[in-house]
Amino acid sequence: MTKEKLSGAELIVRTLEHLNVSTVFGVPGGAILPAYDPLYDSPIRHILARHEQGAGHMAEGYAQATGDVGVVIATSGPGATNLITSLNNALMDSTPLLAITGQVASDFIGNDAFQEAYTVGLTISATKHNYLITNAEEIPQVLLEAKHIATTGRPGPVLVDIPKDILNEKANWTEPKLEDLPGYKPTLEANPKMIQQAVELIKNAKKPILYVGGGIIHSKANKELFELSTKYNIPVVTTLMGRGAFPDGNELCIGMPGMHGNYTATTSIQKSDLLIALGVRFDDRVTANPKFFAQKAKVIHADIDPAEIGKVREPEVPIVGDAKSVINGLIEKLGDSEIDTNSWLNEIKDMKENYPLNYNQEEKGPLKVPYVLEELQKMSEEDSIVVSGVGQHQMWISLHWKFKSPNTWLNSGGLGTMGYALPAAIGAKAAFPDKQILALDGDGCFQMTCQELITASTENIPLKIVVFNNGNHGMVRQWQKIFYNHRFSASELTHHTPDYVALAEAMGATGLRMVEKSDVKRVFEEMFKTNDRPVLVDCVVDPDDMVFPMVKAGGSNDEVILNEDDLKNI
Amino acid sequence: MSERILSVLVEDKPGVLARVALTISRRGFNINSLSVGPTNIEGRSKMTIVTELESVEQVKKQLNKLVNVIKIVELDPDNTIESEVLLMKVSINKETQTSVIEKANLSGAKSVDVGQDYAVFELTGTSKELIKFEKLLKPYGIIEMIRGGRIAIQTKL
Ligand SMILES: Cc1ncc(C[n+]2csc(CCOP(=O)(O)OP(=O)(O)O)c2C)c(N)n1
Ligand SMILES: [Mg+2]
Repeated sequence: MTKEKLSGAELIVRTLEHLNVSTVFGVPGGAILPAYDPLYDSPIRHILARHEQGAGHMAEGYAQATGDVGVVIATSGPGATNLITSLNNALMDSTPLLAITGQVASDFIGNDAFQEAYTVGLTISATKHNYLITNAEEIPQVLLEAKHIATTGRPGPVLVDIPKDILNEKANWTEPKLEDLPGYKPTLEANPKMIQQAVELIKNAKKPILYVGGGIIHSKANKELFELSTKYNIPVVTTLMGRGAFPDGNELCIGMPGMHGNYTATTSIQKSDLLIALGVRFDDRVTANPKFFAQKAKVIHADIDPAEIGKVREPEVPIVGDAKSVINGLIEKLGDSEIDTNSWLNEIKDMKENYPLNYNQEEKGPLKVPYVLEELQKMSEEDSIVVSGVGQHQMWISLHWKFKSPNTWLNSGGLGTMGYALPAAIGAKAAFPDKQILALDGDGCFQMTCQELITASTENIPLKIVVFNNGNHGMVRQWQKIFYNHRFSASELTHHTPDYVALAEAMGATGLRMVEKSDVKRVFEEMFKTNDRPVLVDCVVDPDDMVFPMVKAGGSNDEVILNEDDLKNI
Repeated sequence: MSERILSVLVEDKPGVLARVALTISRRGFNINSLSVGPTNIEGRSKMTIVTELESVEQVKKQLNKLVNVIKIVELDPDNTIESEVLLMKVSINKETQTSVIEKANLSGAKSVDVGQDYAVFELTGTSKELIKFEKLLKPYGIIEMIRGGRIAIQTKL
C-alpha cells in the first residue's frame, strides 16, 4: 500500500470526505486556520455562521432533519466556548454532532496562551464523549470513532479538539477502520424474555397507552410504531421530542402530554393501566411530580440508554434496546392477539370531544398564535419542516400543528435553548434545499441569534421565518401573571424595536408584516411566493395571550388548568 | 447508610479520572475513598470507589455511559478483601520513644524512619485498622498523616 504524507489539516478534510460529509458549519480563527485551507479546495460545502452557537445549532438542525451526523467547526478559546450551548443542547436532545475545534499549539496548552480554553475539560459534561488529539496520524481514526459514537446507541455530540501544531504536522493517510471500543457497546437487540413479559402485560391491559418520544425518531421506527398501534388499537401520546413519530389526525393519536400538553393526552396517562414507554425519559415536563404520575399504570419502559430506565420511574418491565427492534419484537410476539381497547378508546374519544384545544380569534382583535398557525398550515406543504424556538409559541406549535411524519418538527426540547430556531432551520434547509423550511420563532428567541439571517441570505438559503412578535418574553410573562402577581419584571421587549421588516431587509431578506386577521392570508401568500431569498414575517400577536392547558411545575397531572378561569382555583 | 464499593475497570486514557469524578459529583454524591492504579492488563486501570449511596444503580449506569469505562462491579462486602496503606509522622521524645515504637510495631506498622523527635510509620490494613492505629497514636501528637485510598478485590472467582 502506498502511503502519502498529508498535514493534520488535510487529514481532517480527507477524513470528512471519506465519511461522506457534504456540509459543515463553522467560523474560522487562528488555531483552526490550517484546517480551513484544504477545506477551500474540498467539495464539502462550508456554511459560514455569524456565531459559533449558530453554527452548532445549524449542525443540529441538519442532523435532526436528516438523522445523519451534523458537523461543526470552531476555533480555540471563544470559538469553543460559544459552541458549548449547542453541544449541551444536542446532548439533551440526543442529536448526533461531530464538533471539531482548534486548540493552541501543544507546547502552549495549560499556559493561558492567547485564545486558550480548556475545551475538553469544559465539554466533558456537555458531550457524549470528547478527544484531544496528540498526533496527526490518529486524526482519521479518531474522527471515524467520533462519528461512530455520535451516531450509534443513544446519539449525541462528540467533540475533537486539535492543537494547531498538529494541524500542521505531516502524517500518513491510512483509511480508518473502526476498532473495538471496549467501553462502548450499545445494546440494540432487546432481550426476548423482557419482550415476552411486556407482551403478557399488553395482552391483559384494559387501558394501554403508547407513550413515545424522540427515541422512535432516532431509531426510524415510525412505521413499526404505526403498525403496533393500529394493529392492536393502542392509542399513542407523543412527547415534545416525539411529535411526528405518529401522525396527528389519526384517531389513535392523542398528541402531546405534560405541562402544556393537551388535556386528553395528560389525563389518559393518568387513567391508563399500562404505559408502554418507548424512547422516552419521563421528563419532568411530562410527568410533573413523578409521585402523582400515572399512579394506576404498570410501566414497560424500553430505551436504548440503560441509564434512562428506572431513573425517574421504576418500570415493571425494563427493556434495553433500539426502539425498532423492541417494537418488532412486540409485534412478533403479540401475533394475532386481540386487545380489546374499545371502551378505552371511547373514553378517550369523549375526552377529546369534551376538552378540545381552543382559542378565540376575534375578527378585529389582535392576532392569536394558534389561529395564525392553522392558517399557515393550510397554505404550507404537507412535508414542510417546522423549526421552533422556546416559549409560548413553541408550545402552541406543538399543540396545534398537525405533524404527519418524523423529522418534520425540530425544536430544543431538553435544554430549552432560546435562539435555536433560525440557525437550526438554516441547517435543515442546507440539508434539504427543496423542502419548505419554516422557522417559527418567538421575538425573544429570534433576538438571540438573529444575526444568522445574514448567513441565510448570503449562503442563498431561502427559508421562511415567522417571528411571533408579542413584544414579550411571553412565557416568562405568563408565569409572572400566574405566580408573581402580574409583576412583569424584565420580560417586556416591545413590539416596535427592532423593526423586524427593516431588520430583514438590512440583512438581505424580505420583510413582511401582519397585524390583523385580514392580513394573514395575503402576507403568507406573498411569503410563499418569494423563493429567491429568505423571507421574514413580523407577525404581531396578542401580548396577553396565555398557553393552556397547563400543569404547575412540580404539581400533579390530575390537576390540569384549562383556561384563565381555572387559575382562580390554584 | 451503608458503604458501597465499586470496582471500575477503565481504559488508561487521559481524562478518565476527571470524567468519573464529574459523573459522581454532578449528582452530589460523596466519595469516601477513590484510588486508581494500573492492573495486570496493559492499557487498563482499576478504580476503587467507596461511596455511601442510596441508589448506586443510577451512578453505575451513568458511569457505564462513559466511553472509557469498560466494566463496573459492585463488590459484595462479605466476600471482599480490602486494603489501604497509611503513612504517619508522629512526634516523639526520649520518654515516649519506646512506647510509641512498641505500640506501632504491635499494631503491625513498620517504622520506616526514626529521627530524634519524630518517627514515620507505614501501616497496611483495612480502613478500620487504620482508624484504630490513628486513635492509638493520637495522644503522642500526629504531625502528618496520609492514607492511600482503599483498594479491594473479590475473594471468589
Ligand atoms: C437561552 C435562554 N435564556 C432564557 C430562557 C428562559 N426563557 C424561556 S422562554 C423565554 C421567553 C421566550 O420569549 P419569546 O421567544 O418571545 O417566546 P414567547 O414565549 O413570547 O412565545 C425565556 C426568557 C431560555 N429558555 N433560554
Ligand atoms: Mg415573545
